[in-house]
Order: sequence, then C-alpha cells, then structure tokens
Amino acid sequence: MRFMMFMLPNIPAEGDWMPSAEAVAEMTKYNEELQKAGVLLALDGLHAQAEGVRVSFAGGKKTVTDGPFTEAKEMIGGYWIIEAKSKEAAVEWASRCPGDNCTIEVRQVFDLEEFPPDVRAAANPNLV
Amino acid sequence: MANVDLQRSIDAVWRIEAPRLIAGLTRTVRDVGLAEELAQDALVAALQQWPESGVPDNPGAWLMVTAKRRAVDLLRRRATLERKYEEIARRLEAEQGRADPALEAVDEAVGDEEIGDDLLRLVFISCHPVLTTDARVALTLRLLGGLTTDEIARAFLVRESTVAQRIVRAKRTLSEARVPFELPSGEARLERVTSVLEVIYLIYNEGYAATAGDDWMRPELCEDALRLGRILAELLPDEAEVHGLVALMEIQASRVRARIGPAGEPVLLLDQDRARWDHVLIRHGLAALARAEALDRGLGPYGLQAAIAACHARAHTAEQTDWVRIAALYDALSQVAPSPVVELNRAVAVTMAFGPAAGLEIVEALLADAALANYHLLPSVRGDFLAKLGRVDEARGEFERAAALTRNLRERDLLLARADALGISSGGLPGRPG
Repeated sequence: MRFMMFMLPNIPAEGDWMPSAEAVAEMTKYNEELQKAGVLLALDGLHAQAEGVRVSFAGGKKTVTDGPFTEAKEMIGGYWIIEAKSKEAAVEWASRCPGDNCTIEVRQVFDLEEFPPDVRAAANPNLV
Repeated sequence: MANVDLQRSIDAVWRIEAPRLIAGLTRTVRDVGLAEELAQDALVAALQQWPESGVPDNPGAWLMVTAKRRAVDLLRRRATLERKYEEIARRLEAEQGRADPALEAVDEAVGDEEIGDDLLRLVFISCHPVLTTDARVALTLRLLGGLTTDEIARAFLVRESTVAQRIVRAKRTLSEARVPFELPSGEARLERVTSVLEVIYLIYNEGYAATAGDDWMRPELCEDALRLGRILAELLPDEAEVHGLVALMEIQASRVRARIGPAGEPVLLLDQDRARWDHVLIRHGLAALARAEALDRGLGPYGLQAAIAACHARAHTAEQTDWVRIAALYDALSQVAPSPVVELNRAVAVTMAFGPAAGLEIVEALLADAALANYHLLPSVRGDFLAKLGRVDEARGEFERAAALTRNLRERDLLLARADALGISSGGLPGRPG
C-alpha cells in the first residue's frame, strides 16, 4: 500500500519563513531513516503558500487568486510518498517525524484496481 | 485507542524495529538465536505493558532496554553452564548501571554507523553458506523482513510448523558452527554478498513467478524482497551488483499489475498494457541502475538483467523496444553468467532483432542440454519461433509439451490456449520469417 504524508506546518502564511539548519538536519535524518528502511518512494518540500496561486472553478467560471489565502486554515509544506504494509505502519512512520508545531496528514494513495472497470478504462495511469 | 488498533500499531513498530533490535542484541550476546528470543520477550512485554502505558516515544529504545534486562537474567542463569556468558552478563550490567534512566540516552550511545554495521552482519549471518537455501530464506524474512513464521509459511505455501522448524534448526546450525557475527572481508566478502543477493532474488522470484499453487504471483513477497534490497543498497552503497539487483526488482515489480489479465491469467510482457506499469517504480529502478553504472566496474549479471529490463521500461510501446541492444546485453550476460536459460532468452531477443530463423538456431542447440529437459519454456519458446516460421504442426506439439511440463496452472492454460489457436488457423500464423 502506498501512502502520502502531508506536512502541515503551523507557520505564518506571510513573511519569509525559512527553516533553521538544525531543523533541516533533523528532518534529513528522518528522511534518511525512511530511505534506509526501504519505504521511501518520493518526497518534496514546497514554497510558501503566500507565493502560491489558486485557480478555482465555479458556475462555469474560473477565477485566479494570488496567495496568501486569508481563509486557509492549514497549508501544505511538503509531502512524502511511502510504501507501507498497513495504515498503522504508515502512521508509525509519520509519528517518527521530528516535527514540532505541525501536523502530518496520512492518506492512502488510490490504486487504480480499486476503481470499477469503466472508471479504470477512462483513466490513463501512464501519466508519470 | 481500541485494543485491536493498538495491537496493529505494536505490530507496525515491531516490523520497523525488529531487525535493528535483533542485530544489536546479537552483537551483545553473540548468538543470533538467543538474540531473537530476547527480542521476542521484549515484544511480549510491550504487548502487555503498552496497552496500559501507551506506546513510548522511542519504542525502539524501550524494546532494546527491556531485552537487555532480560538478557542479564538469562545470561546469569546460563553463566553457570558456560563461562563466556558470565562476561557478557557482567558487561551488560555495567552498561545498565551507567545508563541514563531516560531510555533515549541508551539508544543515542550507539551510532548510526554501528547500527548499520550490525544490520549488515545480521544480513550476512542470515544468508550464511553453512545454512540450506530454505533456511536462509526463512531466516532472512524472519530476522530482517520482520515477518512472522505464519506469514512466511503462507508466502511459501508450507505449514507453519515447517517454517518454525527451519528457523530453529538454522539458529542451532549457526550456533554449533560458531559462525561469527562479522563483516566478511577480502575474497570471502564477494562470495557472501553473492549469497545475500541470491536469497533476496529468490524471495522476489517466489513472489513474481510462483513455482507452485494456482496464483500466478504473490505481490506481497515481491514487496518484501524489494524492501530488503533497498535496505541492502543503503548498507552496501559501493556494491554495483546490489544496485543492479534492486534495479532489476524495481523494474520487474513495475509490471506486476499489467502481468495479470481480468480473469487472473498471465499477460506476457509484449502484450501488456504499458499504461498499467508503475512509473514510480520504473523511476526508482532506472535510478538504481544509474547508481550501478556509475560505480564504473562494468555491470554484473544482475546489472545486465536490469539493463535489459530497462530497455523494455523505456519503450512506450512494444514496437519501440530496442531489440538489437537487448540481444547485445544478453550476449554480454551469457559471457559473465553463461547458462542455458540465458541462452534461451538470448534466442528470443535475437529473434525479435533479426528474425525467428536466427533465434531457432540458438534454441536447437539447446535441445540436447539435459538441464533444460524438463524446462517448460524451452518448448514454449521453440513453439513460438516455429509458429512465426509457419511450421504450425510442430509449433502446436511444442506448446502442448510445454503445457504438460509447467507446474503453474495459470501458465498451463495460457500454453494450451496457444496450442488451440494454432489448431484453428491451419494456414499458419503471420510471422516474420527470416
């Protein structure tokens, strides 16, 4: 089973937030642990939400909004994709993250086989 | 947290911690069997105490400290029988006397590198040549994969008691042969690494092409082997063949979903819907292959097989496959690891690159090889070439012979279907003669 772990850091949406070298070192150690255990498939960190853009669709109309987004309660700071035998195993990995003042949301990645045949036929998983 | 959930959480902790725990304990008590017993005792203690106390912040350190406390009691008792235990017990006690009550401190005392070396020693001892192949497989899955005896038994379709016995006997053999908990060096190292890779690939293949039973694959076993391979690649970053094997497994695993048709029947590589290949695994596989190539010592047998698999992975359609390159890679493979099976595969690549007559020539040379006398793929491949050359009656006979030889029920159906298909079109199949 594949899981995506979203890092939701509790940091201000505005301003030049930068992690400290110590925090990065600790996080790197954690990432290395995932790699050494053979469970890490992908990971990335994201630029601040303030620099993000939202493209919304409603009533056939599309709206482009620049960040920061005042109504946003949580923002995504980065993600990992890991392979785990169970949801509990994924949660165990998430709980080993050295984060402080943050939340990690663990979500199972859909496998195409979980969809009914017509949905499967309509999908093209050959998209990297 | 409900009790069942907690049980599963403890199970998850165990899978992560067991290898390091057993490795560290083996270094301390110098006996892998005893180390595993102690680790199991610690697990039992966790199952009793964590429902009350909750899972500790550093569960690995908790398990280690608990196991070492048990070790002191046990070794004291055994010390009356054997002197060597006396010294180990004394050392452990001293260590515990010094240890900070905060459990983390004990764990921090052991460096990352040391943990890595212990794990590697555990890998080597689990795959030690003094053990039978079955024992190496069982011990590796148990000690390094964190699988239970029951899970191993189900994966290999044998009784749980059989696996349990294999493990007990393996631990006894290691103890009686006084196999040291060491990092082999010099010439022995290559031999020992080769044995480890063999064991991992054997586990992988049992999952990828089940030799018995009516399932074509057992993907969970593939995942276990893949995880073990990735762990090993981190422990032995300078061994090109380790990366070669990981690359091979990643790329093969990327096709797992595409290898099974709607009715559970196997789908051959060239007929697979490439849209169903797993691109995350392909990327991982190509990266591992690049690591093997970057070590610049020429590819070994696993690396070459991975390079062949990569040719398929890079082709967006079956028609785009670079068969000339694949034929050349098989040629290189037959130099470094000559075997009739490699030769058979080379024949297939040569047929695709240069036509069935050239491939048939290679296959005919293999007919006299006793090693392939009962190998179903020989008549299956020969049948394929004959069909392409329009020699339908001979081809049908070969497919039927292949069907009679395979033990896999799904594969047998596939072969009989090919024979049947030839029966209908008496005019021969459109082939690519010459």
